[in-house]
Amino acid sequence: MTALPTQRLESWRYTDLRALGAMSFAEAPAAFPPPELPDIAAPRLVFVNGLFDAASSAALPFARAFLPVAEADELPLARINAEQARDGMTLEIPAGVDAGVVLLVCHASGGALHLRHRVTLGAGAALTLLEVVKGEGVYWHNPVTDIALGQGARLAHYRLQDESREAFHLATIRADVAADAAYESFTAVLGAKLSRAEFHVELSGPKAHTHLNAAQLLGDSQHGDFTSVVRHRAPDCGSRQTVKSVLSDAARGVFQGRIEVERVAQKTDGYQMSQALLLSPAAEMDIKPELRIFADDVKCSHGATIGALDEEQVFYLRSRGIPEEMARAMLVRAFLTEALEPVTHEEAHALFEAAIAAWWSGK
Amino acid sequence: MSATVETRDTVETLTADKYKYGFTTDIAMEEFPKGLNEDIVRLISAKKNEPDWLLAWRLKAFALWRKLEEPAWAHITHPPISYDELYYYAAPSGPAPKSLEEVDPALLDMYEKLGIPLNERAALAGVAVDAVFDSVSVATTFRETLAKAGVIFCPISEAVREHPELVRKYLGSVVPIGDNFFAALNAAVFSDGSFVYIPKGVRCPMELSTYFRINARNTGQFERTLIIADEGASVSYLEGCTAPQRDENQLHAAVVELVALDEAKIKYSTVQNWYPGDAEGKGGIYNFVTKRGACRGRNSKISWTQVETGSAITWKYPSCVLQGDGSVGEFYSVALTHNHQQADTGTKMVHIGRNTTSTIISKGISAGHSNNTYRGLVKIMPNASGARNYTQCDSLLIGDQCGAHTVPYIESRNASAKVEHEATTSKIAEDQLFYCRSRGLSEEDAVGLIVNGFCKDVLKELPMEFAVEAQKLLAVSLEGSVG
Repeated sequence: MTALPTQRLESWRYTDLRALGAMSFAEAPAAFPPPELPDIAAPRLVFVNGLFDAASSAALPFARAFLPVAEADELPLARINAEQARDGMTLEIPAGVDAGVVLLVCHASGGALHLRHRVTLGAGAALTLLEVVKGEGVYWHNPVTDIALGQGARLAHYRLQDESREAFHLATIRADVAADAAYESFTAVLGAKLSRAEFHVELSGPKAHTHLNAAQLLGDSQHGDFTSVVRHRAPDCGSRQTVKSVLSDAARGVFQGRIEVERVAQKTDGYQMSQALLLSPAAEMDIKPELRIFADDVKCSHGATIGALDEEQVFYLRSRGIPEEMARAMLVRAFLTEALEPVTHEEAHALFEAAIAAWWSGK
Repeated sequence: MSATVETRDTVETLTADKYKYGFTTDIAMEEFPKGLNEDIVRLISAKKNEPDWLLAWRLKAFALWRKLEEPAWAHITHPPISYDELYYYAAPSGPAPKSLEEVDPALLDMYEKLGIPLNERAALAGVAVDAVFDSVSVATTFRETLAKAGVIFCPISEAVREHPELVRKYLGSVVPIGDNFFAALNAAVFSDGSFVYIPKGVRCPMELSTYFRINARNTGQFERTLIIADEGASVSYLEGCTAPQRDENQLHAAVVELVALDEAKIKYSTVQNWYPGDAEGKGGIYNFVTKRGACRGRNSKISWTQVETGSAITWKYPSCVLQGDGSVGEFYSVALTHNHQQADTGTKMVHIGRNTTSTIISKGISAGHSNNTYRGLVKIMPNASGARNYTQCDSLLIGDQCGAHTVPYIESRNASAKVEHEATTSKIAEDQLFYCRSRGLSEEDAVGLIVNGFCKDVLKELPMEFAVEAQKLLAVSLEGSVG
């Protein structure tokens, strides 16, 4: 197997995979209690311990059979995935079709799982993909999702990462966005002992657009890393990114975000904001926003803040008769609002709201 | 658009050669054989009659340097540097001058051309200058006035002889000999530089200044500056640099160490105008500099201000280690790159003590085919309760063949600390340009005006004489960039 990346690699300087490297994973158990599924009326595709579970899934006209990965990969984790992948979702939405909502559920209870998902949208097609990953026990989930959006296509991609607190979750998501197409995504990071979501979005046609938001809610000694690279390769593209981290106990959050603007990508509009709330003295946040710009007629900005909850705001709410705990919950929820912006689908929004509320009360 | 292209072309032909410091001075020089080995290190040390401890220190640094690798993480490219092709020591030959009257008149003429008031009578009142020519300090002005206040301002080689206890205590205490490749190289072969000590409670009666000049061909300049502000002392220090125009690249690897004790304040300003190379990127100085200040004492303050317009490559991160409770670090920077210049510059603010604060204001301007990177680190250690950082990085792009990059690292391990960072990248707005043009300003002047406005937050931090020079420098460096 290809070696795991080490902290000597600049893109991995804040995330240490040695604990993962020291583990060995037995084959995933065959028997597994049926996964708890979100109550959303939509066709669903379910994967249990890395394999498609036809019994829990709905037949979907756009789903295709899994094909092994042929292409070589330069990202170490995607290379490992390519070597090991045995299954995954393949969706092909034909041009002009609005496929509505599709639910992707991945459940795990053990083993090293290298799912390879592929999503292709033809010109003018539309899809809302709601991805829920959950599990129990110790395992390593290393999914790779490759997304190709045709001209004018639109994919809303919502991810709820709620892995077992003992699990390792390292997801790679790559999207190629053609002219006038839009990739709108939001990731909620709640679970896993150590997690990383790594996005690579290529805006390859004029007027392509992406929203790349996330909320990381971490406690105990959880480590959550959100890494993204947005490459503007054509003129008039836009990218928007808001990443919010709320860290309690001894949790450690990482945000690395790079906006690249190539010479041809004039009139680029790029915006990136990363904010972290440290709720306890032992929490740590590392931020590395990066702009790499080779075109002159651009508007690019990034901002980053790290700090505690503003005690004056807490005081304001308390002086209005709101109990302290509720005041803090309100402020944290308000802090997350901007990140949730791309989630326009009502049921998906409700799902995230419930997950955030559950995290706060169980914190 | 064609009109502006035309303007640009005309201006470019008119100003093809405008680096006015590109002359060389012909005087007898003493050079050591080229190349670097232990013997050269011993030779430099012997030449300066150094004590054994300093020779041992140099040799240790040299041994470390041989094990280190040239850093490769910066956003710069250059052909490999052959360290064996360089001369590591060059000085005007003959016995060292005892006073200004004994200094070679050709040298004094050169400093005159550079506009440094070396001669006390002609000096701008209130500025004491230590001029470093290639490898040695040539003269230090205003020594008597300073001595009366108890301030020590002299070449570091002299300080080694006259004040060994101070030098030994602080040399390498901020930038250890093995800190990085270029710092180790400097520690091994540094030939001279300035030494400043401000005693307890003294406010330095005048601005101190050093002027660096590389003159000889194929030499590297490795000066070392050490400034110590004792309890309650304060000092403002200026540094300027130029070099002749040559086709080959020259190396400048300096180390600057600042130490501020309780309640002390050090303000360090640089106007760096080394030869940047010609329009095709031929020649120019490789400026690989390590600058760091330690705020050791309570409520101490170190402030770096730099205007970087010269050098083919700039690799420089003036930093502050905020150890003392309540200490303050500041970094104000303007970095302008044009033609094929490359700059990778920024700062590190390491918050260790409680209630430490730091401010970073960086303005990057890229024109021509240049690349300009801001790279910075703000690190809040677990004990730095109440620490505060504010960072603002703005980049301005002029022309569509250049690059502007921002790479900040922010690491916070204390929940009570507050860190804020913001960065923007844009070009000069058409409406601003139009407004100025409609008031009758030429395009060049309009750009100069807008760029100066863009840099105002930094320029206002410079001492007066330097601020005027810096503004002119920005305008000159930008000529031929409009399009």
